[in-house]
Amino acid sequence: MRISRLVVLLIISIIALPLCAEELMMVRSPKPFVESMAALQESLDLHGYKVMRIQRVDVGLKSRGFSTAEYRVVFFGDAAEIQTLSQSHPELMPFLPLKITLFAEGDSSLAVTNSPHMLKTLYPDPDLQAHFTRWEKDVRAVMDDLMLAH
Amino acid sequence: MPTRWAFGLFISIVSQLALAEPDGAVLFTRHCAACHGLNGMGGVGVPLALPGLQATVDDDYLRLSIRHGRPGRVMPAFTQLTDQEVAALVKQVRSFNKSSSGFPAVKPPHGNAIHGAKLFASHCAACHGAHGEGSHGTGVTFSRPRDLPILAPALNNPGFLAAASDSMIKTTLLHGREGTPMLSFVKQGLSESDVDDVVAYVRSFAQPSQTTLPADTAHEPPILLRTSKYSVAETTERVKDVMTRYNLRIIRSVPFNQGMVETKDENPEQRIIDGCDFGFLNKALAVDPRVGLFLPCRVTIAQREDKVIIMTINPKRLSYIFNNAELNELCEEMSKLYNDLLDEAVQ
Repeated sequence: MRISRLVVLLIISIIALPLCAEELMMVRSPKPFVESMAALQESLDLHGYKVMRIQRVDVGLKSRGFSTAEYRVVFFGDAAEIQTLSQSHPELMPFLPLKITLFAEGDSSLAVTNSPHMLKTLYPDPDLQAHFTRWEKDVRAVMDDLMLAH
Repeated sequence: MPTRWAFGLFISIVSQLALAEPDGAVLFTRHCAACHGLNGMGGVGVPLALPGLQATVDDDYLRLSIRHGRPGRVMPAFTQLTDQEVAALVKQVRSFNKSSSGFPAVKPPHGNAIHGAKLFASHCAACHGAHGEGSHGTGVTFSRPRDLPILAPALNNPGFLAAASDSMIKTTLLHGREGTPMLSFVKQGLSESDVDDVVAYVRSFAQPSQTTLPADTAHEPPILLRTSKYSVAETTERVKDVMTRYNLRIIRSVPFNQGMVETKDENPEQRIIDGCDFGFLNKALAVDPRVGLFLPCRVTIAQREDKVIIMTINPKRLSYIFNNAELNELCEEMSKLYNDLLDEAVQ
């Protein structure tokens, strides 16, 4: 390997180091639940994702007599991409669309999602890796937006 | 020339990275605030700003806790952080409570673990568990009462044992932790010698680490999958029937791409059925509020070439990312339920 390639690889590995993600992403939004939910949807939209469904877990729990604060699961994705993947790789469907769980904790909110990077281990198919890498970058950016929401 | 250019860039980046002092506040917001609160007031995690806690722990305890985490108890091991970043985090944690100064150094304990076991059973086990396993759950959070600022930590946790020195444990026992149910043992009438014995017993705890993917889980597939001899429509009805019998309330049964496309373009050959056992969910949320990632209980049905397949995620394979041993048990239970459900649906 030529030295120049080695150096470039080293640079990339150093830059990429902070991106090596833990498999569970969790951030605290300083905003209350309603505002955090709005910020989350806005950020997803900015990153080119469509919110496909919001599962109102708290509503279901309360209807069964359980007490809970606001707790929702937001399903999102690129519709065309998800449909294409569901045809080419149906075994990936249980993980689609992507989702972020958002719940209230006092005056702030907590957002949790699994790192799309985790899917690389579960689905080593080379055709899928570029999708996972892009999702990882975007989801991390969305979580950062939420964490820094003002 | 390209080599020299690339080498120069490399040196420049490395120098900047080396010279930049990590910002503890930023690091805390990114890595800790979700559980410990933006100002260290706690939530899912321990209230680090609590004066009673700050007074009894030293910087090494904080540093090692960050490094080792608490295997099986949610707090991850931050092995990816540099020493400088960990030091910045410790400084940030200390900044939450500037007024609190530590207690005077204690004489290193050399106690009798056998006598300590008896004292532990009578004075500690009610909160910390008979074997130091700590309180259940992940901390005070949204669905839990806020009448206690802290849950009793797991003293047998390998992360705790690696982080806590004997002197730190002794200090905590001697002085208690103001603002928590942890009372001073001296005020309860125990002698310093008794305290030394309890320290010796706590030190005798040992537990295997669960931070990494357990060997028996590594071979588990990410999804559970069966092939159905029925059509998509027939399989859908069978799954709904079985889910109902398994106490899962059907929330919806719709085409997979509903919400992605206009109604006329929905694909009837790919369906999802969402269900929920709210009692089980409520129990799981008390164990770990992050469990929403598994929600809802979903069965996916798809036509693949000339076959119909039905699938669910495999909670047993995924539970390790939560670093919560209690949740592992529930995930195993869920995986069994999914397996049984899929088997019945394709019979």
